[in-house]
Amino acid sequence: MDADFFVAWIEEAARSVRDRKDELTRLDAAIGDADHGSNLDRGFTEAVKALGDRRPGTPGAVLALVGNTLIRKVGGASGPLYGTAFREAGKALGEAPEVSAGDLAGALAAGVDAVRRLGSAAEGDKTMVDALAPAAEALAEAVRAAPESPGAAVAEGRGPAGALEAAAAAALKGAQATIPMQARKGRASYLGPRSVGHQDPGAASAALIVRALCTVAAR
Amino acid sequence: MVGIVLISHSGPLAAEVAALAAGICGVGADVPLAAAGGTEDGGLGTSAELIAAAVGSADRGDGVLLIPDLGGSVLAARLFEGPGVVVADVPFVEGAVAAAVTASAGGSLEAVLAAAEESRNFRKL
Repeated sequence: MDADFFVAWIEEAARSVRDRKDELTRLDAAIGDADHGSNLDRGFTEAVKALGDRRPGTPGAVLALVGNTLIRKVGGASGPLYGTAFREAGKALGEAPEVSAGDLAGALAAGVDAVRRLGSAAEGDKTMVDALAPAAEALAEAVRAAPESPGAAVAEGRGPAGALEAAAAAALKGAQATIPMQARKGRASYLGPRSVGHQDPGAASAALIVRALCTVAAR
Repeated sequence: MVGIVLISHSGPLAAEVAALAAGICGVGADVPLAAAGGTEDGGLGTSAELIAAAVGSADRGDGVLLIPDLGGSVLAARLFEGPGVVVADVPFVEGAVAAAVTASAGGSLEAVLAAAEESRNFRKL
């Protein structure tokens, strides 16, 4: 997977966030401040624009530029969180011109760790970590189960697309699992038990972003 | 002198707390207090660019204390943590006043942070 693949991911994520913008905002209206869809749409639109203006040459540099743009352009808490996740994932990929599914698994894990640290959030707190952490684990597990020998992987219909499908499914399941949770972080935590019964908007958007990765890999 | 940056989702809130802290320090105290509230277009939210500018304007070389109000302000503030730049986990108003008074007396970054943290225990009644 090269820089073009990662640019395509961000473009697909931006499209997906735009398509589901109203739904994300509706989720946020229930337990937050009703700006998640529009904030994230603005951030990813700007990220796509930044990548168009100055196309970085490596996957790591693509993610770093996306992270910096999200931090600058998303006014809500999701800007620092997603921005840090992309920046740390980019750092983990280093300067390699092409990266493997294993490298990507390591980068996703680094991104999730950064979100956990910045937000002091753990799984079960009803945050984006509930979608991102299972996705990172599923990707790492899929890569371990099907070590990369490209020929064999293609022959068996696996490779990055198969591993990323596992990650996307885990992210969606994780996001849906936030519905019965009581929020312990973020604005929703002020609602206490009234936060139960609503999907966390950050977990929902995280699942969309991981799904976009899988969509691009399956092309 | 240690600089202080007040970070809030609301531009007017950050600006007014900065003005209050400066006022309590007294005329001529000249504490470098900067406010970074709201988004660049004046809405509710946080802006990394406004925070960066505020940190730059409050930095006189003796360190900068960042005081966020809540939620995303805390996350945005933490992006700026580094050598000489510390985030204070303190009450917004009381922490700002305690930090500003200590900074105006020439306190070090550690002393200013400690004063702000102590404000957590101020009883009103």
